[in-house]
Amino acid sequence: MTAILRAESLYKSFGAVNAADNINITIDEGEVIGVIGANGAGKTTFVNMVTGYLAPTSGKLFFYDRDITGFNPKDATEIGICRSFQIPQLFSSGTTFDNLMIAMGIAEEGTMPFWKPLATDERAKRCEEILARYEILEYRDQIAQTLSQGVRKLLDIAMASVHNPKMLMLDEPTSGVTAAEKFSIMDIVVTALKQQDVTILFVEHDMEIISRYATRVLAFYDGRIIADAKPEDALADEQVRQFVIGETVHAPVAG
Amino acid sequence: MSPAFRSNLLQIGLPVILALGLFMPDWAIFLGIISLAKGLVVLGLMLLWRTGLVSFGQGLFYGAGAYMVGILPQYLPITDALLLVLISAVAAGFLAFALGFLLRRYREIFFAMLCLAFSMIFFGILVKSESLGSTDGFNVVETSYLGFVPEEPIVMQRMLYITAAVVAWFACLFVNRYLGSTMGRLSRAIKDNELRVEYLGFSAKRAVHFKIVIAGTMAGAGGALAAIAIGHVDPEMVWWIQSGEFVFVTILSGVGNVIAPLLGSVVFEILRTFAIEYAPQAWQFVVGGCLLAVIMFLPGGLWSLIERSKEGKDDGNSSR
Repeated sequence: MTAILRAESLYKSFGAVNAADNINITIDEGEVIGVIGANGAGKTTFVNMVTGYLAPTSGKLFFYDRDITGFNPKDATEIGICRSFQIPQLFSSGTTFDNLMIAMGIAEEGTMPFWKPLATDERAKRCEEILARYEILEYRDQIAQTLSQGVRKLLDIAMASVHNPKMLMLDEPTSGVTAAEKFSIMDIVVTALKQQDVTILFVEHDMEIISRYATRVLAFYDGRIIADAKPEDALADEQVRQFVIGETVHAPVAG
Repeated sequence: MSPAFRSNLLQIGLPVILALGLFMPDWAIFLGIISLAKGLVVLGLMLLWRTGLVSFGQGLFYGAGAYMVGILPQYLPITDALLLVLISAVAAGFLAFALGFLLRRYREIFFAMLCLAFSMIFFGILVKSESLGSTDGFNVVETSYLGFVPEEPIVMQRMLYITAAVVAWFACLFVNRYLGSTMGRLSRAIKDNELRVEYLGFSAKRAVHFKIVIAGTMAGAGGALAAIAIGHVDPEMVWWIQSGEFVFVTILSGVGNVIAPLLGSVVFEILRTFAIEYAPQAWQFVVGGCLLAVIMFLPGGLWSLIERSKEGKDDGNSSR
C-alpha cells in the first residue's frame, strides 16, 4: 500500500487550547477513514491543516512524500487534496448547474482561463451527468440559496470531486440532514467517489454511518488521536466509548 | 433576454448604432466621443462591480491615459490617434498591473478607499510637478489618422469619433467574451464565496488582479480619447470627483450587459449637458435627482429597462 498522507508530530494551538497535540498518522491509498470525536476535539482543525486553511504551529504534513506543510487551499486543491464543508460552501446566487460548471471550468481550463467560453455543450452534458450521478439533476436550475440542506451537501461534494482529487476530505457530510437522508447521501457519495479512485476521509458524528462506511476509524479527543483501528475495534475501545460516544451519541451503538 | 439576441445586439446592433453616430450634428459629435471615452472607463468599473468591488479611484487610470497622450508626442514622433490610444491604454494597464499587487488583497470599502488613495497621490504628483504642467496641465498636439491630418476641425472630430467607436466596440467584444469565460464567470462567484473559489483550485486574488488590469487598460484608452477630443489634459481628470462620476454612471447604467456602460455614459452626458444648459445654477441638483430616481425605481440601472421590455416580448421564455 502506498501512503497518500502522512502527518508527523503535528501541533496546532489557538492560545491556550491545543487543537492538535502531536498527531502522527499515515493514511494509505484507497482507505475510507472515518474521523470521530466530540465537538472541539480537533477533527476539523486536522482537515483544515491538511487542506491548507490553517498552518500547523509545528510539525510536518506529507502528501505522497511531498512536503505540503503551509500550502494554501489553492495549492492543496491543485495537487489533489479537495474538501467539502460542514456548512456547504456554494455560490449562493447561482443555480446548481452554474455552481458545478464553474467548478468544472476551473478544474479543466488551466491558469488563465479568460478567453474560452465556460459553457460549452460538451461540458454542459458532462455537468448534467455528474448532477445525475449525485442524484440532484432535478434541481439543475434552482438557485443554490434555496436548495435544501441535503442537496446543498451533495452539490458541495460534487463540486469538490471534479478537480480529480486523489484525496477528498468531507467535513460532516451528513450533518444537518434528516436521519432518513443520511444513508442515502452517504450511499450516493461513496458510490460516486469509488468510480474516481479517491481516498476518502470523512468527519462524522453518527456511529452507524461510521460502522457502515469507514474502513478505518480515527477517534480524536482533546487534539489527540486516542484510537486508530477498524470501526468495530475503535467503537468498542473503552476510551472511545467514554470520551467520544458517551458524550455525543444518544442512540445505542450498533455492533 | 436570449443569448442569440444578446450576441446579435453586440455584433451587429452596436456597430450600426455607432456608425449612425457619425451622422450626428456637429455639436453632438464631441459629446459622442466623450461618452464613448467615459463609457470605456465605466465598462471596466462594471467588471469590478460584478465582483463586488467599487473603485473610487478609476480617474487614476483615466488620467494616466490622458497624460500619456500629452507627454508621448513630446518625446517620440507619434501623432497617430489610434496608436496613441493603444499605447496609453497599455501604459495605464501596466500601472494597474503594478498597483494591482496591493489592490487585489482588499475588498469592499477598503478596496474603494485604496483606489481613491492611489488616485489622490497621483493627483498630488501632477499638481506639484512643473514639468507636467502643474494645475494647468498642458495642450495635446494635433493628431493624425493613419497618416491623414484633417484640416477642418469637424472632420478631425469625426475621425476621432470613428476611432473611439472602433475602440469601444472592440472593448465590448472583448469584455463580452471574457464574461462568458471561466474567469469571467468567477466574478459573481468571488462576490458570493471567495473561500470556495480557492478550494476549487483558483486564486481569487489573481482573478481580481486580472480584472483590475482590464479595467485600468480600458480606463487608459478612455482617458486618451478624451484628451485628444478636448485637446488638453489637466489634473482634474484624476481628481476624486471625476472618479465619483464614473461610479455614478456605473449605477445609472447597470451591469447587466457590456453595452449598458456605453448607453449609460451617453445618457449621462446628454443629461448633464441639458441640465447645465437649462439649469446652470442647479444642474447638480437635476443630475443628483436622476441618480436618486434610478436607485429607487431602477435598481438594475437603465439596462434593466431594456431587459424588462425584451423579456416581456419573449413571453417569459428567455434564459439569462
